[in-house]
Amino acid sequence: MEIALEKTNSARIARALVKARMAAGSPAMDMAFTLLVVTDDENVAEALKTATTLSREHPSRVIGVILGDGRGAAHLNAKVRVGESSSGESILLRISGELTKHAESVVLPLLLPDSPTVVWWPGKAPTNPSEDAIGKLAQRRLTDAEATDSAIRSLKSVARHYVPGDTDLSWTRLTPWRALLAAALDQSSGKVTGGTIVAGSGNPAATLLVAWLESRLKVDITTRRSDKGDQIMSVALNTHGGDVLIKRISDHSCHFSVPGSSPREVPLGPRTLAELLAEDLRRLDADEVYEATIKHMLEDA
Amino acid sequence: MIDNPLRDQRDRRLPRIAGPCSLILFGVTGDLAKKKLIPAVYDLANRGLLPPGFAIVGFARHDFGTQQFAGMIKKAAKDGARTPWSETVWKQLAAGIRFVPGEFDDDDAWEQLGKTMAELDEQQGTGGNHAFYLSIPPGLFPVVVSQIKKHGLAESTKGWRRVVIEKPFGHDLASAKELNHIVAEVFPRESVFRIDHYLGKETVQNLLAFRFANGMFEPIWNNHYVDHVQITMAEDIGIGSRAGYYDGIGAARDVIQNHLLQLMALIAMEEPVSFNASSLRIEKQKILANARPPARMDLHTARAQYAGGWAGGEHVLGYLDEEGIPKSSKTETFAAMRIDISTRRWAGVPFYLRAGKRLGRRVTELAVVFKRAPHQPFSKNDVEELGQNALVMRIQPDEGVTLRFGAKVPGTTMEIRDVNMDFAYGGAFVESSPEAYERLILDVLLGDPPLFPQHEEVELAWKILDPVIAHWDRQKSIDTYPSGTWGPESADAMIARDGRTWRRP
Repeated sequence: MEIALEKTNSARIARALVKARMAAGSPAMDMAFTLLVVTDDENVAEALKTATTLSREHPSRVIGVILGDGRGAAHLNAKVRVGESSSGESILLRISGELTKHAESVVLPLLLPDSPTVVWWPGKAPTNPSEDAIGKLAQRRLTDAEATDSAIRSLKSVARHYVPGDTDLSWTRLTPWRALLAAALDQSSGKVTGGTIVAGSGNPAATLLVAWLESRLKVDITTRRSDKGDQIMSVALNTHGGDVLIKRISDHSCHFSVPGSSPREVPLGPRTLAELLAEDLRRLDADEVYEATIKHMLEDA
Repeated sequence: MIDNPLRDQRDRRLPRIAGPCSLILFGVTGDLAKKKLIPAVYDLANRGLLPPGFAIVGFARHDFGTQQFAGMIKKAAKDGARTPWSETVWKQLAAGIRFVPGEFDDDDAWEQLGKTMAELDEQQGTGGNHAFYLSIPPGLFPVVVSQIKKHGLAESTKGWRRVVIEKPFGHDLASAKELNHIVAEVFPRESVFRIDHYLGKETVQNLLAFRFANGMFEPIWNNHYVDHVQITMAEDIGIGSRAGYYDGIGAARDVIQNHLLQLMALIAMEEPVSFNASSLRIEKQKILANARPPARMDLHTARAQYAGGWAGGEHVLGYLDEEGIPKSSKTETFAAMRIDISTRRWAGVPFYLRAGKRLGRRVTELAVVFKRAPHQPFSKNDVEELGQNALVMRIQPDEGVTLRFGAKVPGTTMEIRDVNMDFAYGGAFVESSPEAYERLILDVLLGDPPLFPQHEEVELAWKILDPVIAHWDRQKSIDTYPSGTWGPESADAMIARDGRTWRRP
């Protein structure tokens, strides 16, 4: 990393110094965790780009694991990179042949000492993430039901095998909605008697939102199918004082109305994968509210 | 908020959003409001931490319309925000912006303010929750506070009313008491938020977490192991445009009274039984009540003014040459003093405090310097380059912790030299630390006062400082130091008398 400064003074030089140091990441220091990205040839470029963006905020050792063709002799190729445009370090492992069944043996010696390990499956995840050989190495396991062919089924599958430390990113995607709803109920004091969600079919986040609302509010939530794509389009909660309604009006904003004050437009934008991961990795312990929510979802089904 | 079934304290993804409320800014056209407050409000909104029905009301002499005022806020937010600009976020904020023009003694304007507040309760759903932010010189406090009282704005049947005041909290013990008296007449103590932005909550919490969440530091945190403590707050800038405020105030009143003595209390205090506001305050007050200024002021305090010269590659003026400073001014731009704390833990451990402008670089840090090992198995030659172990907590910039200890130099001879082990908060955590003002404003809106000093602390700090300032006032002359250096010779001499030296931060 190089920063050119002209017409400057000591304070600016000092600031640039700090910036350069952070951007270069001091190896083996200040690295918060090892991030394992298990993927295939097709998705690896995008996934590693996301991981690199993430490590700009959060220096980590990123290990990309590409599991290739399982046939033939064991074969391992690797690429190592430190610094350059990303902070932290990255290792790309290409594994093929018999070794694909023992990928954890490659990964284990590469984990940072003491620091936590996180594994992220950007695409298809193992049926039982915590029993997976690589998943076993990690404290946090991130799956992404939305990236699979049958999202709801994938979500339910990881939910059935939940152990503390698992999270599906569809839960993370839901945070802005949950924050708005909680803010709405901060404002209206009446008890919630029911509610309706309008969302596209096969949206795992919508399924989780229903389960969350039902488990927290102890009321039934009706789901209606939206004809405008697969996003969550609106959530209405009926309270004694009137309805709380949050309705999406564009990709970036929604109408927010609570009884007793005039409706307004508030931001509700899409977030990048890197932002989702950043939110998830802010905490490396189990998410108990998520656990309660998926439990409710499975009971309901 | 407790009743909201969607909130759960285990749910740490959901941000703590302030309830619907408004922030009523007095002195909104000032530098502080433009550079710090408004950008912080925008950043909070952008991070989704403000309620959907948030409102900002400006009250100032200017002949603005609400539109013009919104334009000014937009510019300030755009210029100063640390998070990316988003029109949607701005649109949400803009819907809650109001402006009330008027003089502080103009009753009609206050009537108008009252109407605006009621109107916001209606339109924005602020529900009677209003925070008055007094970003104005202390001289105007009496008129503003009495107007708030006169027009009944401090009370409401529903919602809360809070008042935020900025330092300085007086200029000596007597004026601090008077100031408190004025505010306390109108607002109950739990509604008064004294903002000390150098002591953002983040900093304080980092310090507390470092000291009390770890097991390895507390056992050596006493006079058995600690030789002395140095607390430094250095600025590389001069007084800039603050001549009117700064002259007659000086470094001791400006920063030692509040920031440095607060930092000292945090570093020296016993472990509070819990982290609620009152337990923390009790422990800090014990330290402040038992800290005393030096017995020999002439030996253990130093003060000086910066002289012109070259600082950091730029030519700068001396203090007396700055615009608006009388040539006869004896106001100090550098102050240093030794403080002793009479407790079992700290007896015999001096705390050296120094603060100044136009010093080597901008830095605020606490250095705990340890005693040397009682016995060295190495020869005197081997440890010639070994200093004292030190633990340095950097507050700004680049918040972090440095541990300084001796290590053997590789090679065939036994030679031990000091090395640093460094940790930077920015390097190890996902979220960059929010600006102090963001935390402070959010805490005010959430009604979460733990780390704001209350008037007892303010008064105790003045009790420590008043005798020192009185001693300085009796002196006929004041030392000087070249700009861009680490202070006057008298400060070096002061600490050398105790056989110690200042660290170079």
